[in-house]
Amino acid sequence: MSHPPEQTHIDSVGTYVKILLALLVATAVTTAVSRVDLGAFSTVVALGIACVKMLLVALFFMHLRHSTKLTRLVVLGGLLWLAILLLLTLTDFATRGILGVPGK
Amino acid sequence: MADHAPTETLALRVQFDTEAQQKDAATLGMWLFLITEIMFFGGMFAVYTVYRSWYPDVFAIASSSLNEIIGALNTGVLLLSSFTMVLAVRAGQLGQQKAIVMFLILTLLFGGVFLGVKAYEWNQKFEEHHIPGQAAFHLDGVLPGDQGHAQLFFSIYFAMTGLHALHMVIGVGILLILIVQARKGRFSASYYTPVDVAGLYWHFVDIIWIFLFPLLYLIDRHLVK
Repeated sequence: MSHPPEQTHIDSVGTYVKILLALLVATAVTTAVSRVDLGAFSTVVALGIACVKMLLVALFFMHLRHSTKLTRLVVLGGLLWLAILLLLTLTDFATRGILGVPGK
Repeated sequence: MADHAPTETLALRVQFDTEAQQKDAATLGMWLFLITEIMFFGGMFAVYTVYRSWYPDVFAIASSSLNEIIGALNTGVLLLSSFTMVLAVRAGQLGQQKAIVMFLILTLLFGGVFLGVKAYEWNQKFEEHHIPGQAAFHLDGVLPGDQGHAQLFFSIYFAMTGLHALHMVIGVGILLILIVQARKGRFSASYYTPVDVAGLYWHFVDIIWIFLFPLLYLIDRHLVK
């Protein structure tokens, strides 16, 4: 067997070039927008752009678009655990002192 | 058993039914490893989140002392290396052995440039006395009582960029091994799994930087002129 397995999906170079350009533009945008006063939204915008870049890299460069359902499920599971790590940590740190300490 | 052995190839080991099954298993295994890496870095992102929420103003001043233009250009270099890495994987899919070697070498070069720029940036921090734990540590624009919090930012900066750079160094080692193997003609259209999973690793390290760059370099830059 010298031919690739049938389900191997080969993207064109043009597709990868477009993704690279999108990633570079997003990097320039996030750098430029950090000088603009957006208040609390500056963090939201910065992380939003980073998430878009992550999706582009994961879906195209890491071939998640063509991955098996099991692989995709495992990746989503990993992100779920990361969300638990961050959110449950913040349930402590973000709410400390809200109710005060009895007796003090 | 013995009569099976001669038919075993790199692309189809005896324990798998089909080449596709073997490839899926390799991809899944690599992703599982990457998820342990997500959790590894995740702990540091949690530390970052907590301290930035406690000392937002100091973190903004400390972040603005980093050179965001160099950071952005270096991000571009790393994205370029991911681009050449995915082209190496594509060359593997097509069985173009010379192209695999060429794109792996390009990836190695861009990775090396990234690490070189990183070393330059770290050296700048030493010259500016922005090294946490240094007796001479001083960050302009921060009250004397908040200097410790500024040191916290730089501790997190060095820990996270350092851990990221360590992954890059390991990636460079992997690339060197792959280049040697690719030059020997080990990879073909039916077997390029090492290039494929090394690509997953390289892109993962890229994604970590995609988050590190805005979180470390771009905090509220409008506040500090």
